[in-house]
Amino acid sequence: MSIGRRGFLKIAAVGAGAAGASAASAAAGAHPVDGPGVLVDTTRCVGCRACEAACAESNRLPPPPESDAVFDERRDVAPDVFTVVNRTEKAPGVQRFAKKQCMHCLAPGCASACPVRAMDKKPEGPVVYDPSRCMGCRYCMLACPFDIPKYEYSSNAPRVRKCSFCAERQKNGLKPACTEVCPSGALTFGRRSALLEEAKTRIYTNPGKYLHHVYGEHEAGGTSWLYITDVDLERLAFRTDAPQKPLPELVAGALGAPPFVMTLWPPLLMGLYAFSRRREEVAATEPHGAHGHDAGAAKEDDHGHR
Amino acid sequence: MATASLATAQPSFFREKILLGMTAPQYLRSLLTPWNLVAAVILAVGIPILVIRFAVGLGATTNLTQTAPWGVWIGFDMMTGIVLAAGGFTIGATVQLFGLKEYHAIERPAILTAFLGYLMAVFGLLADLGRPWNIIQAIFNYGTASALFEVAWCVMLYTTVLLLEFTVPLLEWLGWTRAHGVMKKALLALTVLSVVFSTMHQSALGSLFLLAPTKLHPLWYTPYIFIFFFISAIIAGICMVVVESSISHRIFASQVKGHAADVDALTIGLGRAGALVMFAYFFLKLQGVIDGHAWGYLATGYGAWFLVEILGFVLLPSLLFAAGARNGNVRMVRVAGVIGVLGIVLNRLNVSMIAFNWNQPVRYVPSWMEIWVSVTLVTLGVLVFRWIVNRMPILRADPRFSEGH
Repeated sequence: MSIGRRGFLKIAAVGAGAAGASAASAAAGAHPVDGPGVLVDTTRCVGCRACEAACAESNRLPPPPESDAVFDERRDVAPDVFTVVNRTEKAPGVQRFAKKQCMHCLAPGCASACPVRAMDKKPEGPVVYDPSRCMGCRYCMLACPFDIPKYEYSSNAPRVRKCSFCAERQKNGLKPACTEVCPSGALTFGRRSALLEEAKTRIYTNPGKYLHHVYGEHEAGGTSWLYITDVDLERLAFRTDAPQKPLPELVAGALGAPPFVMTLWPPLLMGLYAFSRRREEVAATEPHGAHGHDAGAAKEDDHGHR
Repeated sequence: MATASLATAQPSFFREKILLGMTAPQYLRSLLTPWNLVAAVILAVGIPILVIRFAVGLGATTNLTQTAPWGVWIGFDMMTGIVLAAGGFTIGATVQLFGLKEYHAIERPAILTAFLGYLMAVFGLLADLGRPWNIIQAIFNYGTASALFEVAWCVMLYTTVLLLEFTVPLLEWLGWTRAHGVMKKALLALTVLSVVFSTMHQSALGSLFLLAPTKLHPLWYTPYIFIFFFISAIIAGICMVVVESSISHRIFASQVKGHAADVDALTIGLGRAGALVMFAYFFLKLQGVIDGHAWGYLATGYGAWFLVEILGFVLLPSLLFAAGARNGNVRMVRVAGVIGVLGIVLNRLNVSMIAFNWNQPVRYVPSWMEIWVSVTLVTLGVLVFRWIVNRMPILRADPRFSEGH
């Protein structure tokens, strides 16, 4: 059914001219050919939080707390914290850590939600934010299935804040700050396709060690950041209920409607108008005819006298 | 400006048109009524809250959180305000396009309500936007993959259309015959545009939630939510016109002498239409549950709440409309209209706040200041409505322009 409808939509889009652009751009969801990615192997993470410190330094954010007491409670990213490491107990005495930050979706819900393209997916891969365009509707926050974008509610010129995948550093040929400092090999920066193969290789060559799932391969239609773990990521403060398809696809059908409305409504409505005009004229010329329009005509006459 | 220049041309204009024929002291004394006092208190608190909001930020005035980025100012002012203003295009189309001229008597109040409703919704939005000065960016940056882009453009264009439709009574009031003739001719085209833009943004307001399948409760989340939003906008339009025409014809009775019987007949007709649309909507809501495989949730607390919405506020008013229309019971139709309006409000609040983030540990509860600002905006709308109705030919025809609608 949906294929038939989409085919039909394309025909309608041609007729609607510029209006068709909305349907087309929603459906396209610009995938980079093979963008950068990071593979996070939570079995290798030792919870040193060097990534947190490097992130804060690189983004000129307040340094993260020194004490490891921060692990005692679940933390979330915040307007001035772009990445956090959380801890859980796999078994008594066996701890697991996972770093959380923007997943940099291949077809990001946040960017598709933004009416002014302040949140945008760069062709190179990172999902970045430009406060100079942002009007502060916060629809990106609502649209993110991972709850990553955070808002500066206490400011009167607030910004949406989140990890930018160190887009500036990447442009200069550098790795993202967090991946550069990771001492344990938990973070691997590279091409996403290669990392996906590496992730699966690790799963298959270490039977029983990992859960058979690469988090980020299909979540939200695929993300630049990929995770392999041996514990449920929900225990490490991740949302595991993200849809298994690109979020922009969810809206594509509804966004296909405007071309229809704009092309079909006016002629239809004008037709109805012509019809009602004609009915009035007929009623006026033969007001006492045997037709069922008598009552209506009488009412209109009555109205005219007022 | 226009009034000022005219005032110099005709010395009595200001007194006749603005002060309703009274002298300034008389007019000011006439404002000293209990309801005006209530309104003054609301504004006296509400406006300083808005000042704080813009001086200090959203954090100082709202209970918005990182998981609840949208609160009452979106859920009520925008979502509910826009849908309740749907009477403008519903009745406009009925009169101008479908040729049901007898509804002309309620067309102008419906359009004025819609215009003021949209203005208040836009004010509410400006308060809610973190960087409202950037709202202009929507004109230059085309985020065409966003339903909000569609909403922004359609609301912008439709508010303009409503303003233009409102110029017809405005120009009658000013006595500008030639401009009035032009606008009157344009009314047909404007009505077509109002239906086109309303279809798009009323449904697109629902499409906004399509991006949140894991956040909106499955009983409310459906791929067809945009169709539900459009159909419920028509319901809201009908119910609001029933309610609002009965209220304004009671309050402004002196202006509509002898027309009361007509309004009763129109109300019955609206009840018939309301019964049909609401009945269809009820079954569509059920279809949404079937399609989403969400039956299991009906046995939960949210399920009970959902049933309250669709049984108590959709099915019940639909049956009341039908019974009232069949038996010529105007009172019953009005009661159904009130329940219908409350049902639409409930639906929009459910989608945007109550059933949103249903699975999150921290729930959003609005601060008193957020609610106060919303009440302030409604109060402003009512005051402006009254100011205009007392002066311009909204509820009654201007004798100089009465021939032919």
